[in-house]
Amino acid sequence: MNIGKQFKEGLITNNPVTVQLLGMCSTMAITTSISNGVGMGISVLIILTLANIFIALLRKVIPDEVRIACFIVVIAGFVTMVDLSLQAFFPAIAKSLGVFIPLIVVNCIILGRAEAFASKNSVAASTVDGIAQGLGYTAVLLVLCFVRELFGSGKLLGAQIMPSGYVPAGILILPVGGFLCLGTLIAAMQWALNKNKKKAEKAGRKEAAE
Amino acid sequence: MQVTRLLAISLGAILTNNFIFSQFLGICPFLGVSKKADTAVGMGLAVTFVMGLASAITFAVNLILVKLGLEFMQTVAFILVIAALVQFIEMFLKKSIPSLYTALGIYLPLITTNCAVLGVALLNVQNEYNFFESVIYGITGGLGFLLAIYLFATVRERTEFAEYPEAFEGFPIALITSGLLALAFMGFSGLEVWPM
Repeated sequence: MNIGKQFKEGLITNNPVTVQLLGMCSTMAITTSISNGVGMGISVLIILTLANIFIALLRKVIPDEVRIACFIVVIAGFVTMVDLSLQAFFPAIAKSLGVFIPLIVVNCIILGRAEAFASKNSVAASTVDGIAQGLGYTAVLLVLCFVRELFGSGKLLGAQIMPSGYVPAGILILPVGGFLCLGTLIAAMQWALNKNKKKAEKAGRKEAAE
Repeated sequence: MQVTRLLAISLGAILTNNFIFSQFLGICPFLGVSKKADTAVGMGLAVTFVMGLASAITFAVNLILVKLGLEFMQTVAFILVIAALVQFIEMFLKKSIPSLYTALGIYLPLITTNCAVLGVALLNVQNEYNFFESVIYGITGGLGFLLAIYLFATVRERTEFAEYPEAFEGFPIALITSGLLALAFMGFSGLEVWPM
């Protein structure tokens, strides 16, 4: 088990949103303000970690044929817990995230990690994986929230940041902005990862030549 | 029950509040199954059918939950109902209409995790729609999805041959394209023919 490697994968090289391309709906829908992003990111982080732990614990008990249904029931249970807690303790955030909190059930990141990782690995490794992937998702949300809130409304966390003469680019807050920002972010990630890969290939070739 | 209210709901679900372009529900299949126009139409029709049926059934399930005072089990109950429904439709089609079954192929089971289906069930409850309004909202929401995915697939068939920076290969260019489509759909915002 290599914790450092798992975190690097979750945050960058195998990021759930920008590399695995999972969980796009919520990523684009709720990233209009930092507070939304934090609320959603932490909710997914908690649900993903708990679901990973639980599924890793049960991985030898769950029969293979009905595993997807079992995973969904486990995930739905945790989502309900988080949904009700948010409504009780942070009603404002729960209201602005709306239907997207219960929709975490069908967020492919959680089902994807359950299927690809937690059902095959130990409890400890799955816990780390849940935290790493959850942080990767949160990081992407925060980057998008930052750009969209700062340039789309000139504010951060409700406080005016841009000088008063700044005219906000309202398009960024609209659905269109979600598509454009996420598209550009993924393109930037692909560019960066490809550059690294090419560099590694070049170095590899040099070594082979020597 | 007023006909104009149903018409207003339909117009909203198809154009002004399109599930894809303004509510961000069902993006995964929208991006995943839109490489060809004909498969996109198949997926769109399957989603429309499941959304309509799921709206009707979850309406009944919700009544039972409310009666028993178990509203907090809503998410769990809905997702189980939808998963079972998709499974039944799959078995039914396989037995009775095999041609349609093979045409839809792997897209059918994928509908379970389409957030537009669970989304429509939850939105029906949230908006306090009655039975007819729920079913109409489900079907027209599906038609809105069909319209979006068909338009997108036809555009995407053409972007295959376009030249764009290498880094935009694959998903990014698809997202930018759908962003521009969403921009076009914004033109419908505020459109109101029948008052709610």
